Amino acid sequence: MIAAVVKAKATYAFAERQFLLTKRYWAWEAVYLLYSLSMTLSIGFLGAGMQQLTGQQIDSGKIIVYLLTGSLLWGYLSALFWDVSNIISWERWEGTIEYTFMAPVARWTHIVGVCSFSIVYGMLRTAVLLALVTVFFHLDMSRANLPVAFAVLLTASFSFVGLGTVVAVLPLLSPEKGAQMTGIVEGVLLLVSGVYYDISVLPGWMQWISKLSPATYTLKGMRGALLEGKSLSNSLDTLIPLAVMGVVLIPLGLAVFGQGERYCKRTGRLKRSG
Amino acid sequence: MSEPAVEVHNLAKSFRKSSGAARSGGAGARPAARGLFRRKPRAAPVKVLDVPSLDVRPGEIFGVLGPNGSGKSTLIRIISTLLLPDEGQVRVFGRDVVREPLAVQRMLNRVSADAAFFRKLSAMENLIHTARLYGLAQREGAARAREILSRLDLSREKMDAEMHELSRGMQQKVALARAFLTSPILMLLDEPTTGLDLKSKREVQTFILEIRRDHGATVLLTTHDMVEAEALCDRIAVIDEGRIRACGSAAELKIAAREKVAAPSGAEPTLEAAFLALTGRTMEDAEQEKENPA
Ligand SMILES: Nc1ncnc2c1ncn2[C@@H]1O[C@H](COP(=O)(O)OP(=O)(O)O)[C@@H](O)[C@H]1O
Ligand SMILES: [Mg+2]
Repeated sequence: MIAAVVKAKATYAFAERQFLLTKRYWAWEAVYLLYSLSMTLSIGFLGAGMQQLTGQQIDSGKIIVYLLTGSLLWGYLSALFWDVSNIISWERWEGTIEYTFMAPVARWTHIVGVCSFSIVYGMLRTAVLLALVTVFFHLDMSRANLPVAFAVLLTASFSFVGLGTVVAVLPLLSPEKGAQMTGIVEGVLLLVSGVYYDISVLPGWMQWISKLSPATYTLKGMRGALLEGKSLSNSLDTLIPLAVMGVVLIPLGLAVFGQGERYCKRTGRLKRSG
Repeated sequence: MSEPAVEVHNLAKSFRKSSGAARSGGAGARPAARGLFRRKPRAAPVKVLDVPSLDVRPGEIFGVLGPNGSGKSTLIRIISTLLLPDEGQVRVFGRDVVREPLAVQRMLNRVSADAAFFRKLSAMENLIHTARLYGLAQREGAARAREILSRLDLSREKMDAEMHELSRGMQQKVALARAFLTSPILMLLDEPTTGLDLKSKREVQTFILEIRRDHGATVLLTTHDMVEAEALCDRIAVIDEGRIRACGSAAELKIAAREKVAAPSGAEPTLEAAFLALTGRTMEDAEQEKENPA
């Protein structure tokens, strides 16, 4: 009981710290939101321009929402991966990493704390972006089932946290290049998952890989909710695989991270000056 | 009661020195190929710590005195679970640092020469974060943090200023407060006064003595400052190149040194002279050698 309270406090400590840091760097957060917005808008215009490009009469509203889903997920995922990989790189830069790693806190408490803030903040950002582009392109969202779209994103977040934790090992192993590698992982993941297209256009071997990617189910589930207004019970075909993947990927991530941490503590890579 | 605060047994630690510009230049040293898979010449491991046995008694201020690069921080990091030993055991009040890291972590805290904080957060925010990690409630943590910081003469205004606006000396005080906040029964102080001005240095030293007097905490302090070692420590281990050359009170070390080399007649032996006698070189020599290896 007491142990559980202590853990909850520690989890909260990390979430609060992320919140305070975000607040302190709010100007950069605003710039980043602007950047995300311009990326999302340019993808939206790609959809809007489809009619001119093909000379055909097409439902560009639908295409825009289809493409935007990919763009929003990309933004959400990169912010989450960035925060997770920053568990290491940020604290190494600040020099606080040793103090955090010598606190009596289990690593999963640490990672859950950082990620819970990241998920809440990422969802909010996604909602803001979606609202802005809806207004910008006069999209008709009357049929969309927004709560289900966000439920899919939330469920998927567990898998992403698991994957992110695996990826967070990279900055632990390579202080210089590790953080950049997380971007590559994210790009490849979205490529095979049908970020701006249906996976049926992919070559067979890529389609096979896409079945293992949580992003595939996320995109499918979110598109179903946004474009067809699918209900929760009609979205189980994506929610269940996502939940299962989360259950597998989180322990896997922690195990890989634990190995990486042990390697660093053996070879003195956590930090060496001082 | 007689359980040692820290008990070291056959401890050894080696590092591969990948940089080592001075020591490379051998046969296999070709200019590093560029690219993802460039191969670095893999250096042989160098033993930086080799300690057959060491005991720190509960309640004492134990000094580890040695030049730069002698392995002091490596020892501190192993005790604080940040590095895994290659061989041997280290126990903190009976708990093994490798097998029971959480139990060990709860008992200790550490201050090092570079006070590391979230620079964009205030001293209070940093301390409250630490308090939460160690399971203290927000209010309790904040109250204790304020109390310790004011004891260290930090004004309210400074407590709420972002860390990067504080002077080096003040940051070091906040680092002491952060460590003390979690009520450790073992305080690891890794060169806590290095780089401080004289006044801050005095204040930090006074605080260290207070911690021991008022709270009975055990203090393991590393330093390369002879005067500091003599002024603060009940016992001192002289460390050089990862080996402990002698261990005892400052007085005992001086006597040991006198027995080893006949002291110049009439001269009162100093700890400096003792260091020379025990390691065969002066502290300055040892540091010079480290900077320009042969
Ligand atoms: N993480 C590390 N990786 C490689 N070498 C290290 C690492 N930490 C310390 N060393 C080396 O080990 C030796 C002892 O270092 P250290 O314990 O920091 O000495 P001190 O604290 O006494 O100055 C030095 O030669 C240093 O270069
Ligand atoms: Mg050191």
